[in-house]
Amino acid sequence: MSSKSLEISGIGKGFGADDVLKNIDLSVRPGEFLSLVGMSGCGKSTLLRVIAGLERPDRGRVMIGGTDVTDMDPSDRNLAMVFQSYALYPHMSVRQNIATPLRMRNLSLAARLPLVGRMSAPADRLKDIDRQVVQAAETLQIAHLLDRKPGQLSGGQRQRVALARALVRQPAAFLMDEPLSNLDAKLRAHMRDELAALHRRLGATFVYVTHDQVEAMTMSNRIALMCEGRIEQLGTPEDLYERPASLTVARFIGSPSINLLPVEISANGAISVFGRSLGIGTSAARAGTVATLGIRAEDLQPDADGLPVRVERTEMHGADRFIHASLVADSSVHLTLRQASGEPLAVGDGGMIAVSFRPDRAHLFGADGLRLATPAARELVA
Amino acid sequence: MSAVSDISGAASTPASRRRPAIARKMARRGFLFVAPAVLLLLAIYAIPVLVLAGFSVTDYQLGALSTRFIGIDNFTAAFSDQVFMRAMKNTVIYALIVIPLGVGLGLGVALLVHGRKRSRGFWEAAYFLPVTATLVAMATVWQFLLHPSIGPVNAAIKWMGFEPVSFLSNPALLIPTMAMIGVWQVLGFNMVLFLAGLTAIPKDLYEAARLDGAKSPIDRFFTVTWPMLGPTTLFVVVTTSISAFKVFETVAVLTKGRFGSEVLLFSLYLEGFEYSNTGYAAALTLIFLAIILVLSIGQTVHLDRKVHY
Repeated sequence: MSSKSLEISGIGKGFGADDVLKNIDLSVRPGEFLSLVGMSGCGKSTLLRVIAGLERPDRGRVMIGGTDVTDMDPSDRNLAMVFQSYALYPHMSVRQNIATPLRMRNLSLAARLPLVGRMSAPADRLKDIDRQVVQAAETLQIAHLLDRKPGQLSGGQRQRVALARALVRQPAAFLMDEPLSNLDAKLRAHMRDELAALHRRLGATFVYVTHDQVEAMTMSNRIALMCEGRIEQLGTPEDLYERPASLTVARFIGSPSINLLPVEISANGAISVFGRSLGIGTSAARAGTVATLGIRAEDLQPDADGLPVRVERTEMHGADRFIHASLVADSSVHLTLRQASGEPLAVGDGGMIAVSFRPDRAHLFGADGLRLATPAARELVA
Repeated sequence: MSAVSDISGAASTPASRRRPAIARKMARRGFLFVAPAVLLLLAIYAIPVLVLAGFSVTDYQLGALSTRFIGIDNFTAAFSDQVFMRAMKNTVIYALIVIPLGVGLGLGVALLVHGRKRSRGFWEAAYFLPVTATLVAMATVWQFLLHPSIGPVNAAIKWMGFEPVSFLSNPALLIPTMAMIGVWQVLGFNMVLFLAGLTAIPKDLYEAARLDGAKSPIDRFFTVTWPMLGPTTLFVVVTTSISAFKVFETVAVLTKGRFGSEVLLFSLYLEGFEYSNTGYAAALTLIFLAIILVLSIGQTVHLDRKVHY
């Protein structure tokens, strides 16, 4: 498989007065699985459509494998796309659906026409197309469905047909626009595994758009998290989880969502929450400004010397349990602890416990939402 | 109801004896509910056709005191009646021009108008205007336009250096001329139907086709547009055929059937209303109905197999 790199530089795109994409730079390595994630309306689908050529950018260039394709028609870019709706041709059998990209490329216009085409198409080429169709169908285990119409298939089967139509002609890259969002939860998890396996087997470049951070985290080599037409952070799933570059990223990645505490920075840079020093600090230059401290649910643990919280409810999730609590000092601040279910429960709902965290597991974000360094790390003192 | 007692088997138990009684009661109630609709259907559609069939086997003349049963004489007379056979031939020629042109041009105009953004409303209104206008009134306009000496169409033909053409008196040109007016009449309606069909095609399909390599509009038309318009096309073909066979106003206003320009409905009108040959007109009407029925059912069955997915 000939996997190509994708280079996107300075892409800008506006619809009316709104700037949907603001100067996007992104480079996708050959064979990489890169996810574009973000809330709806963040521009991720528009960016994918710009790469596909379905949308013309106002500014910037798109390069595929070193070739500038910005002004090329989508049909000349040799990209395959899987749509959220699958976009299968309802009047064609599965076989004809999968064969369409090959017919368009390997047959002359006359041979593609209905009725007349059947007579003028060279038999060996048709045989070749059919062989490739069967092969693609076998890869996706839908060979037994080749003579059905899309209307007779289940959602998962249609999904496979769309994938087969994409991979039958070995494109430079695969573009996927929320391909799993129309499937039920169980099938979605299963297709996630299959897609990841397919990517490993093909070694092809994948650009995958999703609003589901779990999909992005589980399948990607790298994730580009988008917000309001910009890329907030580009990195491996570990990068985004362990070192979120901004509050937006920290909030988006991780389930349950990250705990956020409003903190004050004193004159010497020490950080305290509701007047209680947390034993960590940052640059004194930030003194007097408001900041936010983010702590993952699994990084909070019960500790008699920690912050007093009131338990609101406990949620059982099989291996884990989530304890939802609120700060005694300010009940509008909610915290979630994640514990192994095996651990004994300290108190029931409505009870009081105290929690603490390792300072090096805390993420500090300034008033502008960007990550701040926390250099003076000392143990938390009550 | 018989199924119920079959399944219960042991007919002697009281429960199974009661069940058919309840079922009968429910069936009576059901008939009560459908009765108004059935009566209306009978009164409006079935009985008139039966009365018509009754007239068609008699020599009844409107207002006549006596009438007698003459069997299929009216029908044999119709098929040896030169005027009626000419009307039949004219109608078929008319339909053969109006159906392909009305459907094809309707689709073409719809494709063009569909691509417009700001001017779409204007084009829709312009093409739809003939549908809303009364054809009788518009036929007089056409009469003026096509007039050999004062009409602008012939003025243009003369200006280009050709002989003036007498569209409405040359027997060879009569039916084609009226067919063109017929096309002009159905075009807007067909365009609106095709526009509705085009709007319903998901945009995703066109985008998928472009990524699949369908670069030329011809490919996209045959891969997406034409097959997706199948159900619309079926409907348009059937309605256009029916309205083509029902051509009447243009003939009644422009030629009154002169120069051998009779069509089915016009000769039917003459027999029934001018000559009061009710029995004969009823026979002609039945023939007309049979043609329409065969055409519609034939087209539906034939095209249905291709358009459903």
